[in-house]
Amino acid sequence: METKKELVVPAIENGTVIDHIPTELVYQVIHILGLENYKDEVLIGNYLKSGKLGRKGIIKIKNKHFTKEDVSKVALVAPFVTIITIQDYQVKEKFATEIPDHIENFVICANPKCITNAEAVPTKFDVVDKDNLKLRCHYCEKFTTKETIHFKL
Amino acid sequence: MSTLKGRNLISITDFSKEEYIEVLDIAEGFEQNPKQRILSDKVVATLFFEPSTRTRLSFESAANQLGARIIGFSDPGGTSVQKGESLHDTIVMVSSYADLIVMRNPKEGSSRYASEVATVPVINAGDGANQHPTQCMLDLYSIRKTQGTLDNLNIALVGDLKYGRTVHSLVQAMCNFNATFHLVSPTELKLPSSVKASIKDAGLKYYQYTDIRSIVPLADIIYMTRVQRERFPDPLEYERVKDSCILTADMLEGCKPTMRVLHPLPRVNEITTDVDKTPYAYYFRQAQNGVYVRQALMAAILGAK
Repeated sequence: METKKELVVPAIENGTVIDHIPTELVYQVIHILGLENYKDEVLIGNYLKSGKLGRKGIIKIKNKHFTKEDVSKVALVAPFVTIITIQDYQVKEKFATEIPDHIENFVICANPKCITNAEAVPTKFDVVDKDNLKLRCHYCEKFTTKETIHFKL
Repeated sequence: MSTLKGRNLISITDFSKEEYIEVLDIAEGFEQNPKQRILSDKVVATLFFEPSTRTRLSFESAANQLGARIIGFSDPGGTSVQKGESLHDTIVMVSSYADLIVMRNPKEGSSRYASEVATVPVINAGDGANQHPTQCMLDLYSIRKTQGTLDNLNIALVGDLKYGRTVHSLVQAMCNFNATFHLVSPTELKLPSSVKASIKDAGLKYYQYTDIRSIVPLADIIYMTRVQRERFPDPLEYERVKDSCILTADMLEGCKPTMRVLHPLPRVNEITTDVDKTPYAYYFRQAQNGVYVRQALMAAILGAK
């Protein structure tokens, strides 16, 4: 358990914390959320000791409040991490991410012949297999998988 | 009036089993009496972003026989599309000119997108390698017409089962009718596992073969498709397998007397011309049935049936 005294990554007054990130996925989470261009404090810790994972990553983002789309993005890159909303240094909300049933806009269809890759059409997918990450395109009906997934950034 | 009024037909899964049957029943009426001018106050737009002979002529013949006016193009050359107009803008514009849009476009998913943008119904006349639902409907019509039923049939599918979209759609549709599937193809062109999974999910059976002769005595329908040279990365591999899926008249000895051979056409050499003279050849009638099925779809979607 972390206590305030032992915090390796300092607390934030307001914003969002992504905790229990598998160490190899920390930078992918940063990338999918576009945090490279975020104009406020982002505190990143990796390879921190964790009772649950052995080693883990944590990202604290000051003054950012997640949209549903942000949560979906994180879930696709790193399922089962913990998202914590912070207000006045207190935990306001805490939940584990879960891959949603439907995904809109931020995933690119892996089929180069799909209309969404030819015109400015927002992508839409049904998630047909959450364990192996398999998405079916609403338009071309082809599958995008863990191996072929790319994100609009 | 049909429940299909105002609906789009983009993918074969858009209609229920009952709705397929409804379309086939309406099509039967058009076969009896094809010239019914029930759409004389309607305009049908046929937008063909890539060339097609059979499908376009079949739709236009169907619309003509119903008395509808036809606008559109058979090739995007010379249209605003060539000037760089987006599909979105083309469809929005055409929606204001026509009561129904029939569209073929090489981009996969383009018809679904068009149906979301259009203010009038859209019928997909082929979106790349994705869907061609009216072909599937006319295949169902031909099967029912020749067998008297769609239920409990032995359907043999021969040729390119990997890339052939008509095969995939037909399998999906026939899964509603307790079919048994006999799959004949070169090893390189077997039915994809996702399509096989839909057979299993429906609780049905399929058997795989590499030689047509094995399925001749069993089949109610032999559905032939073309094995295309361009599907093979290695030309030698194509040469090795190209003749394994050719149907000749002498191979049909011992078939059921009611068995019929279907093919979405165009044929190249996979059905030899001596089969044409046998009572089992049905592929040209099958193409003719496409007109009745397209009449039925247009009439039902425009609320005239």
